[in-house]
Amino acid sequence: MNVIDTLIGGLLLGGLYTLFAIGLSLIFGVMRLVNIAHGDFIVLAAYIAYLVIGATGLHPLVALLVVIPIMAVIGYLLQKWVLNRTMGDDDVLPPLLVTFGLAVIIQNALLAAFTSNSMRLSAGSLQTSSLPLGSIQIGLLPLFTLLMAVVLVIVLEFIFARTRIGRAFRATSDDPQIASAIGVRADHIYALAMAISFATIAIASVFLAMRSNFDPYSGPARLIYGFEAVIIGGLGSFYGTLAGGLVLGLAQSFGAQISPNMQILSGHLVFFIILALRPRGLFPKAP
Amino acid sequence: MSSDEIALEVVGLCKAYGALSVTKDVSLTVRAGEAIGIIGPNGAGKTTLFNLFTGIIRADAGRISFFGQDITTASARSRCHMGITRSFQVPQPFGGMTVFENTLVAAAFGQKLSQREARAPAAEALQRTGLWPKAQLRAGEITLLDRKRLELARSIATAPRLLLLDEIAGGLTESECQELVALIRKIHSEGTTIIWIEHVLHALLSIVDRVIVLDFGQKIAEGDPATIMKSPEVSSIYLGLEAESAHG
Repeated sequence: MNVIDTLIGGLLLGGLYTLFAIGLSLIFGVMRLVNIAHGDFIVLAAYIAYLVIGATGLHPLVALLVVIPIMAVIGYLLQKWVLNRTMGDDDVLPPLLVTFGLAVIIQNALLAAFTSNSMRLSAGSLQTSSLPLGSIQIGLLPLFTLLMAVVLVIVLEFIFARTRIGRAFRATSDDPQIASAIGVRADHIYALAMAISFATIAIASVFLAMRSNFDPYSGPARLIYGFEAVIIGGLGSFYGTLAGGLVLGLAQSFGAQISPNMQILSGHLVFFIILALRPRGLFPKAP
Repeated sequence: MSSDEIALEVVGLCKAYGALSVTKDVSLTVRAGEAIGIIGPNGAGKTTLFNLFTGIIRADAGRISFFGQDITTASARSRCHMGITRSFQVPQPFGGMTVFENTLVAAAFGQKLSQREARAPAAEALQRTGLWPKAQLRAGEITLLDRKRLELARSIATAPRLLLLDEIAGGLTESECQELVALIRKIHSEGTTIIWIEHVLHALLSIVDRVIVLDFGQKIAEGDPATIMKSPEVSSIYLGLEAESAHG
């Protein structure tokens, strides 16, 4: 194992962490909502993908075309019917508690429906294919994962910077009351933001489930990685979240070189160090 | 300017927070094309009245109608779509967005336009308020006068029929104030009905057709500016206000 190998492995892993993080980053940016059930929804989406594939025999990446709209609708309705009722003036606690409750419910519901046996989505030949790059072999699936993350970040940055709905996201994020006064429907905007967040959850879930085993309790660890990526990158920017995901992936990759036991811990340590030295993250949005 | 058509009709409006009554049985009528001034000491319930008109808060009792349509329970958003917009006493631009984006989002959502369609009214609102040269600056970084202009620009970008101005002249220098008054006069002369809360009386009185005086949440006087300012109920408040505006 050489340094280049570890570096590339870290960046590729960072792509997956970016996928975990991007939906969290989005909803926190738009409505200061922290979704504790984010990781559990990733696992739920993986089970939905499993059912879709079982019923249709589609490749997981094609099944995404079904899973993304399902999750987007779940996200929209969850925000519209449940979370919007918990959003108050600058009080982040009620939605936090509700999503915490959802996390517990989802874990136990999945346990009841699918048992605790771990599962995996078969990606077929994609699973084992790799791209030779000099002396290094780059796994095609991890490479796809990173590319997906980068594309998603660019698309979301574009939506937020340039489109009608993106400007409404930013206006509502700045001040929901004034946004309403100029004709923006804040509750609808929030629900749309959650729908997009859930679409990213669907994507994250399928890339996760093709790469590693999952079970009903896999959610919280994914939430932690996502969180760490968001915080490392700095709140309020998708490029920051991408950077945070990559830093976390690199930290784990290099940690694993010291000792296999060090992989997870070294990620947490780097997160902790960055939090201590730059509490606003590496690329905070201008105040 | 004004016609016989009624723009805003308010009957028996009441609002209380617990035992504290902030709006007591307020009734008023504003004709289309009129400019009305609302004066009164701090805490008289002036801004509360605007919050009730725009739907940010709901009245406990009473009725509000806008061009004949009952809007007492309509949401802030639908009132905006009907044509009621306000500026805020403390300018609150969307600070993370550019000046142009502020009016763009107002035009797009206030008039239900596509982003492409919204560009023209958004640009026009900036031109009318003299902000066009600063269109690409971040709204969080512009001066107080420009933020007040942006409040106006964002309001007119929604194509209002009724514009509510909340102490927009406060905190400006005399020449800035005159610029702003000229701008408001222009907007008014183009047919927009205006209700204006203001402590800076000379600015207010140079525009409005009629003045309403509020105190302790009640309407205590109403009439043409010259008569009202001489009336005994107003003179005590009026003197207090002039002293205040001199400091402002």
